Amino acid sequence: MSAAINWFWFASPQTFFPLAGRIARACWVLAALLALAGLYVGFFVAPTDAQQGEAYRIIFIHVPAAWMSMFLYVVMALWAALGLAFNTRLSSMMASAIAPTGALFTFLALWTGALWGRPTWGAYWVWDARLTSELILLFLYLGFMALQAAIDDPRRADRAGALLAIVGVVNVPIIYYSVVWWNTLHQGASVSLTRAPSMAATMLAGMLLMVLAFWLYSIAASLTRLRCIIRERE
Amino acid sequence: MSEFLAMGGYGWYVWGSYGVTVAALALEILFLWRRSREAKA
Repeated sequence: MSAAINWFWFASPQTFFPLAGRIARACWVLAALLALAGLYVGFFVAPTDAQQGEAYRIIFIHVPAAWMSMFLYVVMALWAALGLAFNTRLSSMMASAIAPTGALFTFLALWTGALWGRPTWGAYWVWDARLTSELILLFLYLGFMALQAAIDDPRRADRAGALLAIVGVVNVPIIYYSVVWWNTLHQGASVSLTRAPSMAATMLAGMLLMVLAFWLYSIAASLTRLRCIIRERE
Repeated sequence: MSEFLAMGGYGWYVWGSYGVTVAALALEILFLWRRSREAKA
């Protein structure tokens, strides 16, 4: 492999800065297009649900937001751990750049869940294992951000935040399996890799389009924030 | 159109979800845009 790419070249914030800008711009555009397609399928193609009527249409933002909230936490903890292990500035900056977007999607998962719970369960909030562990995820994100903001030296803030992020990662499988481990009001997974999805194909298509849109939005927002952090720190 | 907005009686729940989501993402984009502008200066 003589023509291998030297990945470590991109570990320097300065060299990654312009590449991050190009990736972010492409992702902003793609996220907007996919969201438009997803909303079109979600509102005009997907049929009314037989049991929940139109209330189920919250699924097109609730499930993607909840998935992103967990996924972004794992990615954030991974970058934080890499920064801690290899002392690479850019890895720690990535973790800091992801946190606010992750917190935002956690809040949205809780908010849309509350507005979905009221018409289907009769309550905006219950202390169900799924809901409670997702609320703890929000506090982990906010704690990570508050801890980093409270420490003046950026490298010390990176290390302290990394420890919190790594310890908090144990909460993610608890959220994911909460509906299996405990008898929760929240329903189990509608989509899994091993079974056929328990929903109409057009509903699934709308949801997956929104998942992709939120995914690209998260990449775009995180890389845009990363560029701000690089500019501010270096 | 009003039938669409009513969402079969679930208008508050559906539009409350979508409205807050759009507002939250728009705010994040606005904050990011302002931060980028300040970081450049």
